[in-house]
Amino acid sequence: MSLNEQGAAYWSATLKLLGGILAVWFICSFGAGILFADALNSIKLGGYPLGFWFAHQGSIYIFIALIFFYAKAMGDLDRKFDVHED
Amino acid sequence: MDLQTTTYLVVGASFALYIGIAIWARAGSTSEFYAAGGQVHPVMNGMATAADWMSAASFISMAGLIANMGYGGGLFLMGWTGGYVLLAMLLAPYLRKFGKFTVPQFIGDRFYSKSASTVAVVCLLTASLTYIIGQMTGVGVAFSRFLNVSSDTGIYIGQAIVFLYAVFGGMKGITYTQVAQYIVLICAYIVPAVFISLNLTGNPLPQLGLGSTMSGSDVALLTRLDQVVTELGFGKYTTTTAGSTLNMFVYTMSLMIGTAGLPHVIMRFFTVPKVADARSSAGWALVFIALLYTTAPAVAAMAKYNLHATVNTAVAKGGDLYAPEASIKADERPDWMKRWEKTGLLKFTDKNGDGRIQYYNDKTKNPEAAKKAEAAGWKGSELTVNADIIVLANPEIALLPNWVIALVAAGGLAAALSTAAGLLMAISSAVSHDLVKGVFAPNISEKNELLAGKISMAVAIVISGYLGLNPPGFAAGTVALAFGIAASSLFPAIMMGIFSKKMNKEGAIAGMLAGLSITLFYVFAHKGIFFIKGTDFLPMIGGANSFFGITPEAFGAVGALVNFIVAFAVDKVTKEPPEHIQHMVENVRIPRGAKAVDGAH
Repeated sequence: MSLNEQGAAYWSATLKLLGGILAVWFICSFGAGILFADALNSIKLGGYPLGFWFAHQGSIYIFIALIFFYAKAMGDLDRKFDVHED
Repeated sequence: MDLQTTTYLVVGASFALYIGIAIWARAGSTSEFYAAGGQVHPVMNGMATAADWMSAASFISMAGLIANMGYGGGLFLMGWTGGYVLLAMLLAPYLRKFGKFTVPQFIGDRFYSKSASTVAVVCLLTASLTYIIGQMTGVGVAFSRFLNVSSDTGIYIGQAIVFLYAVFGGMKGITYTQVAQYIVLICAYIVPAVFISLNLTGNPLPQLGLGSTMSGSDVALLTRLDQVVTELGFGKYTTTTAGSTLNMFVYTMSLMIGTAGLPHVIMRFFTVPKVADARSSAGWALVFIALLYTTAPAVAAMAKYNLHATVNTAVAKGGDLYAPEASIKADERPDWMKRWEKTGLLKFTDKNGDGRIQYYNDKTKNPEAAKKAEAAGWKGSELTVNADIIVLANPEIALLPNWVIALVAAGGLAAALSTAAGLLMAISSAVSHDLVKGVFAPNISEKNELLAGKISMAVAIVISGYLGLNPPGFAAGTVALAFGIAASSLFPAIMMGIFSKKMNKEGAIAGMLAGLSITLFYVFAHKGIFFIKGTDFLPMIGGANSFFGITPEAFGAVGALVNFIVAFAVDKVTKEPPEHIQHMVENVRIPRGAKAVDGAH
């Protein structure tokens, strides 16, 4: 592959990864925490109604996991396409 | 030792620590002053970012607002953490690769135009100043309680301290000081929460305590809280949404993209050694932020419960909340109430003259609660509690030991000071580096550039202090406005600069101006022109929240949408960016070849 093609392939792989992560990001916070919170509230997680839990706790844990997953996956992509630093 | 002495000691010791670090790490050259030479470890950088980020709004104000809003308060929790996902993935690594250290520099170079960078400076200054107004409100609350003065005097004292603090040091001093401040503020937040959670539920982890049953009963804490507040005429705690689902949705969105567009946070990611570090730094920052953010909902719910239980003995014991003897006698009210009455932020008036304190929602739409209150001879709620005092008063409400109360005061001050300092840094670099050196006087000496930075800090402090005396809302609400402004102006421009190769300067400038002006128009209509009281013009836009019931704090997401649409429309009809700019964008997208931040520009 030429450098240009390689750059383009790397970029499209990156965009695919970002799209996937953003979908999870959206479903957890805006989906479970806001749009479907009422419906989820009928399920209990200990003393927490589930929709309330997503808005006040769950989303935050998922956000952290998403960023570290992203950092790891991007590191792999960098090496796969040979565009990593040093 | 009495409370006042303990507070002086703890707060004094924490200040001595920060100032000691600032002196130890005093900055030399301009590059070090702003970006600490590009040499800060991701975990350290994460902690400093967390301190920078968690301001008076997060520490002092947020849990109080959540206590008032209930479930709807989750928009602060999700909004102010979810933005880090966007920041880590969409901006931080690319800005780090770009290798400049201010946001206007990036915008100026990417859009090959001095005007673009000047517009970015205007957006940055508007957002940062609004943000500092919120901080000053918070600083005022913290100092007023801790020095036993009115909240106005608290703001004057706060101004003086913030000034001394920010003008010494520089970013390097600030980075290490902020690590210390993070540790102080997180302990101050978590220690009382652990005590209170243990008291109420027997579970030491507040995150689990909030989902547990009350000690000595099998009723869940949240269920009992729901019962109490609904019976007293308030909205049900676990389901009351913020205005409407639509408003909560755009409010959350606005805070998220605002997080990713705030210059003082973005600047942090220029200071890590590598692109890979910029990615994980955001993760570390969020870990440290989440420690507070997952504790806050517990603090909110438990403080609300404790407050009700303090004034109404039937809350904890069970029985009729409206029974005459359930409300406590005014003479026997706890000392902490008297202490807060001095600040003017907590008020008690005996409206029905029975010598007891009734605290309920007297404007309730719940006919059952209204009927019960009337039957009991209650003539209006007799207690007003400013939402901004909940966190600081929380350990006092729960009757925790004096050292815990003192620790919380130190934590609140750490939170407010660290953020104010970070913001002033962003303002000073924007004015001195991007405006004075970049536009007006390119040949300015390094010494005069630093001086210009310091003068702009002083001006910013005076303006924000003045506006902080008559704040446009609670600390967290004012800060939310700042996020809306950043969301509608800077975030779209930076994002398009990276993700759209063809975006040109005309599009970016038009987009920023459109997003910023429509947001400011909507905000000023509600809050007054430049937040000056009495200059609001609500009738002109058809009343409060007239745009689909969206509150001004939530409007940033709409402004951002306008920004994107205008930018793409203008981009279509003007000529594409030059070849070398398109190559530059391609180059920014891959990590290889990242250099240390170039301070000399």
